[in-house]
Amino acid sequence: MTPPLLEAVGISKRFGGVQALKAVSLTIREGEIYGLIGPNGAGKTTFFNVLTGLYPRDAGEVLFAGRPLPLGNPAAVNRAGVARTFQNIRLFAHMTALENVMVGRHGRTRAGMLGAVLRTATVRAEETAIRQRAEELLHYVGIGALAGSLAKHLSYGDQRRLEIARALATDPRLLALDEPAAGMNAAETAALGGIIRNLRDDGLAVLLIEHDVKLVMELCDRVAVLDYGEKLIEDIPGAVRRHPKVIEAYLGSAA
Amino acid sequence: METLIQQIINGLVLGSVYALVALGYTMVYGILGLINFAHGEVVMVGALVALATVKALAALGLPAAVQLPIGLAVAMIACMALGAAIERIAYRPLRNAPRLAPLITAIGVSIVIQYTVVLISGRSYHAYPELLSTRSFDLYGARISPAQIAVILISTAAMAVLLWIVHRTRLGRAMRATAENPEVARLMGVNVDRVISLTFVIGSAMAAVAGVLVSINYSVAHYQMGFVLGLKAFTAAVLGGIGNLAGAMVGGLLLGLIEALGAGYIGDLTGGVFGSNYRDVFAFLVLVLVLIFRPSGLLGERVAERA
Repeated sequence: MTPPLLEAVGISKRFGGVQALKAVSLTIREGEIYGLIGPNGAGKTTFFNVLTGLYPRDAGEVLFAGRPLPLGNPAAVNRAGVARTFQNIRLFAHMTALENVMVGRHGRTRAGMLGAVLRTATVRAEETAIRQRAEELLHYVGIGALAGSLAKHLSYGDQRRLEIARALATDPRLLALDEPAAGMNAAETAALGGIIRNLRDDGLAVLLIEHDVKLVMELCDRVAVLDYGEKLIEDIPGAVRRHPKVIEAYLGSAA
Repeated sequence: METLIQQIINGLVLGSVYALVALGYTMVYGILGLINFAHGEVVMVGALVALATVKALAALGLPAAVQLPIGLAVAMIACMALGAAIERIAYRPLRNAPRLAPLITAIGVSIVIQYTVVLISGRSYHAYPELLSTRSFDLYGARISPAQIAVILISTAAMAVLLWIVHRTRLGRAMRATAENPEVARLMGVNVDRVISLTFVIGSAMAAVAGVLVSINYSVAHYQMGFVLGLKAFTAAVLGGIGNLAGAMVGGLLLGLIEALGAGYIGDLTGGVFGSNYRDVFAFLVLVLVLIFRPSGLLGERVAERA
């Protein structure tokens, strides 16, 4: 069995009177696609935002590659190796696709911003490397031909791809995707599935939060189900699909 | 016809200076959504620092050809430090305050700078030495002085450098990313505080250039010179669409032309009732009209997004 990459232990989060997460624990292993599903309001996005540092948590810890993840600080979480995309796409709309990805390299490159203006040889070499890496990533997600287009002029599906490329530019070990298939048509969803499989095959771990249960069941190596802020089950897709508690959460109890 | 050509020349000269200063307003607004009303004072400090430097160099017996570039460089460095200090002391602590707070602070900073300058160099008008030849060239019957040519050339060069930084360098990418979405930019490893600080620094360098150019052109500098110039440059930024770099340049040139042509023809048009001393009216008339009919400016779209 592959070693755990991320271990979340007892994550709790309360919004006013609502206990959005009740001591959720889960483990994501190296190189697996891990799905997190659940009915609306089950706490999926809350968990996601705690994990990526956007919301402070009330209790719990996350270990990432054996070290505590600096929860509450999104930039530090990113530096530690967890990159994310947003459910509502947040690209730099007035920058080109290539520039969006190049900004993603910012935290992984060394040149000071003033040095960038003064153009030393090292800076120029690094700038070339940034550009090359960004071009590779655009090709990887299948939009290499659109490098020069402004992000706001890309189709919806291509904007999703660009967000993934930008997240990959930060050299993550875990890529967290918040409802990447939302609003996509069948062809776009299928293509997205292909990209996610490629990522896994290239050694990346992927956390997938998704409404499209069919996509999750097809794609994921393991799936966890949240309901009312609690983890119901964590298992391989076939077992999750048949679990009575899951069927009840999604369809309501027969009684 | 000579009047027309002459006023177009005057307008372009004036407009290049407005454009330089307007860029400082628009860059800060683009990134912070803040109007830095102290920006005009940076222009004034630039002019006076350059003057002091030029005088010191003249006392050492250095030729005029050396005085101007060194004076300009010293003024730019001083203003860059001033810009960084203004941001750090007056605006950064108010980053998350209601929008009115930094606006009022800006006015306070403006007054502090003006009166600090008064303490150091007094309230009098300082005559600028003649650093360039005063022999004008003839252009289709109109006259253009070496100082005017210098204003157009140097401001064009400064704007070209600025555009290069913003569109072709790592710093520029970080600036544009921060302007669009500071949270995501930070997530991507951009040091947002540093980007904001450098935005003030770059805008202040442009302001220093503008201050020196305007003083050379009018042969005078004064502790209040930044006030009206700043307001007009702000008008130019609004005219072009605040937050938009191209808009600041177009707005600056356009405002310069409107003001020069207005001043040149108002006497004839009103039968001598109003003279060219009413020139300042045009800038603020333009501001009022833009705010009524096209509040987002000629090239602007960000105002609507931000609000």
